[in-house]
Amino acid sequence: MTIEILMPALSPTMEEGTLSKWLVKEGDKVASGDILAEIETDKATMELESIDDGTVGKILVEEGTEGVAVNTLVAVLLEEGESEADIDVKAPPPKESGDAAVRAEPVEARPEAKKPAASLAGDPDIPDGTEMKSQTVRDALRDAMAEEMRRDETVFLIGEEVAEYQGAYKVSQGLLEEFGARRVIDTPITEHGFTGLGAGAAFAGLKPIVEFMTFNFAMQAIDHIINSAAKTRYMSGGQITCPIVFRGPNGAASRVAAQHSQNYAAWYAAVPGLKVIAPYSAADAKGLLKAAIRDPNPVVFLENEILYGDSSDVPEMDDYVLPIGKARIVREGSDVTIVSYTIGVRESLKAAEMLAGEGIEAEVIDLRSLRPLDMETVIASVKKTNRCVVAEENWPQCSIASEVSSRLMEDAFDWLDAPVLRVTDADTPTPYAANLEKLWLLSADRIVEAVKKVSYRD
Amino acid sequence: MAKASTAKTKSGAKDVYQASKDELLEFYRQMLLIRRFEERAGQMYGMGLIGGFCHLYIGQEAVVVGLQTATEDQDSVITGYRDHGHMLACGIDAKAVMAELTGRCDGISKGKGGSMHMFSTDHGFYGGHGIVGAQVSLGTGIAFAHKYKEDNGICLAYFGDGAANQGQVYESFNMAELWGLPVVFVIENNQYAMGTSVKRSSAATALYRRGEGYNIPGRQVDGMNVLKVRAAAESAFAEVRSGGGPVILEMMTYRYRGHSMSDPAKYRSKEEVKKMRDEQDPITQLKDIILKLKAAGEDDLKALDKDIKAEIAAAAEFAQNSPEPGADELYTDIYAKPKERSL
Ligand SMILES: Cc1ncc(C[n+]2csc(CCOP(=O)(O)OP(=O)(O)O)c2C)c(N)n1
Ligand SMILES: [Mg+2]
Repeated sequence: MTIEILMPALSPTMEEGTLSKWLVKEGDKVASGDILAEIETDKATMELESIDDGTVGKILVEEGTEGVAVNTLVAVLLEEGESEADIDVKAPPPKESGDAAVRAEPVEARPEAKKPAASLAGDPDIPDGTEMKSQTVRDALRDAMAEEMRRDETVFLIGEEVAEYQGAYKVSQGLLEEFGARRVIDTPITEHGFTGLGAGAAFAGLKPIVEFMTFNFAMQAIDHIINSAAKTRYMSGGQITCPIVFRGPNGAASRVAAQHSQNYAAWYAAVPGLKVIAPYSAADAKGLLKAAIRDPNPVVFLENEILYGDSSDVPEMDDYVLPIGKARIVREGSDVTIVSYTIGVRESLKAAEMLAGEGIEAEVIDLRSLRPLDMETVIASVKKTNRCVVAEENWPQCSIASEVSSRLMEDAFDWLDAPVLRVTDADTPTPYAANLEKLWLLSADRIVEAVKKVSYRD
Repeated sequence: MAKASTAKTKSGAKDVYQASKDELLEFYRQMLLIRRFEERAGQMYGMGLIGGFCHLYIGQEAVVVGLQTATEDQDSVITGYRDHGHMLACGIDAKAVMAELTGRCDGISKGKGGSMHMFSTDHGFYGGHGIVGAQVSLGTGIAFAHKYKEDNGICLAYFGDGAANQGQVYESFNMAELWGLPVVFVIENNQYAMGTSVKRSSAATALYRRGEGYNIPGRQVDGMNVLKVRAAAESAFAEVRSGGGPVILEMMTYRYRGHSMSDPAKYRSKEEVKKMRDEQDPITQLKDIILKLKAAGEDDLKALDKDIKAEIAAAAEFAQNSPEPGADELYTDIYAKPKERSL
């Protein structure tokens, strides 16, 4: 039996890559673990290692081939005693598609429909005629930090792998090079310690950006975020301020299971003294991160790993800073209000398109800021639509959805024609198995179902 | 309480375990099983059959094999997310581990935990933890239970050089020594925490001395040599089991692959990796010893490799054919029923 060497997936989200270089040729003897080839994705160059001992029998994909799909047969190894005659395969046709891509969407759990865009229309912070450029959320965040660091010498970035590694998710790419090791600082794995250090530095007049590799690890440090950063101004009778940003990916990624997939939005949004932001689009990621860095208060800035690679329009302005505490209507509609934030906005927009096909026009609101919470915008919309569904990638109990729903009952009860419904993840820890994870996650289908319920159309 | 000194152990005859021929072959078999398992897991990850994060143990096999073969039935083990090798060394069926990696119902956590979160109460294996450093306090607690129950068991708490900088490690060191808990703190120093070398993360790089402030003796051991690991295990376990309190073993080792499957490993040179593989590979080292002592011949070892490959192929096949967990499993195992005991 010959041994088949396949194009590997090198991350949970990779679908294709470039086979940039072969390090062996036909006839070479290789041992398990030897490096056969180099593969490029948009994030990195990786090595393809041999999985067995043998002789390279045939190379089926030439070096330099772009867009090689994961699992394409790229070479065949011969075991002892085999010859080329044992090879029984044809070379696959090279794919035409251009760029090697690591998709932001995981293959299984979040099947990709055409991504409906979140509208920036009517943004008072973008002057008419401003040019737009398409940018990934990842780059928008990087630019926001770079611009603020150029503007203010007291701003610095600290966290695990933020400097030399360029960020575990490459958000801080290039910052070490521009600002040097004094202001872009790699820490040991000591979240509790460096978060406290950050808060202390902020008390003393600096403006730290503390990156958590993911917010799951901020649980090691949550005491400093709440007890030290959020409360000290109050306890000191206004003497001490704590201008600090805690940022990093939050919420479920793909298949990383219970300990690495949680949304902490509701936890932090419960705390007086903190501001909490969770953007969806690249423009909001940029404008709000700049605002967070300038804000004199502790701000928890929740990003989403799945959205890092998503591109959308960012205004080309010298200084695009958004107000904190304002929701954005990302799709106008008259029949029902869907309230969401971060990745839930994507599912909500998908649901809105599906509903439009059935004659229901949904207004989609991206909260963007969770504390302060812009209920004014939500209530104004509900006064128009008289129905509301809150879609949130989070557990249902004590969620942002619970909060919005209860505030609507208090302040807009008379305007509602149906009870507000929450659509969330399942009320369980995050499962690893692909099928269970898919069942667990918030989905556009379930939002559609809830909208039909509040519209009495089911 | 008599305490061994914290001085670094000098290499000498008693630092090398005098293994019988059968033991030599068993060490070899176990290390090769882990190596082949991990190679296959890496390949299956590449095929999209395994998702999420997947951290391979290739290069570090001698550490877990040298230590686990010296344990007794009542002992327990806890580690981080780089856990496949620990499970195999605890005697857990490769099929159940592989099926967990593929997220199927026959996986050891029914497919709900995945690569980083695996457990086996039957083998005293308490995980499989995704949060760096958490296993150190948890392992100290398991040791507390051994002492409390007077079951003569010890707990091996494995953690990395990166984890060694977490605060809870030192809180645990203090309690473990203060209360004389039967815990062996095993630092698997593979020289990197993701992309950060020990030099860049640690003010003092001799990690075996990290217990000095708490009076915990520490030893640095060549973790690429299974016989030296085993020798260190023998003396440390005896000391801990007889009520001497905790011991720190710093195992000097190396991971050949990236931190996880998606790490391009730009922070170290290819030459560095190649040199470790060529000169210090734990499996090659033991093979040379086996051949020199004539514990087995080339052909015997080849036959053994073939058997192991077949075992791994069967595990991979099993893991791909096992069905996905049923939809109702989403809602099970959240709470224990009143009379159920979790362990
Ligand atoms: C509390 C916490 N912080 C950060 C991480 C992300 N992370 C996972 S593994 C790792 C490196 C750990 O290195 P080390 O302890 O040396 O173990 P190794 O991976 O080398 O086995 C990091 C930073 C995490 N899982 N948990
Ligand atoms: Mg390490």
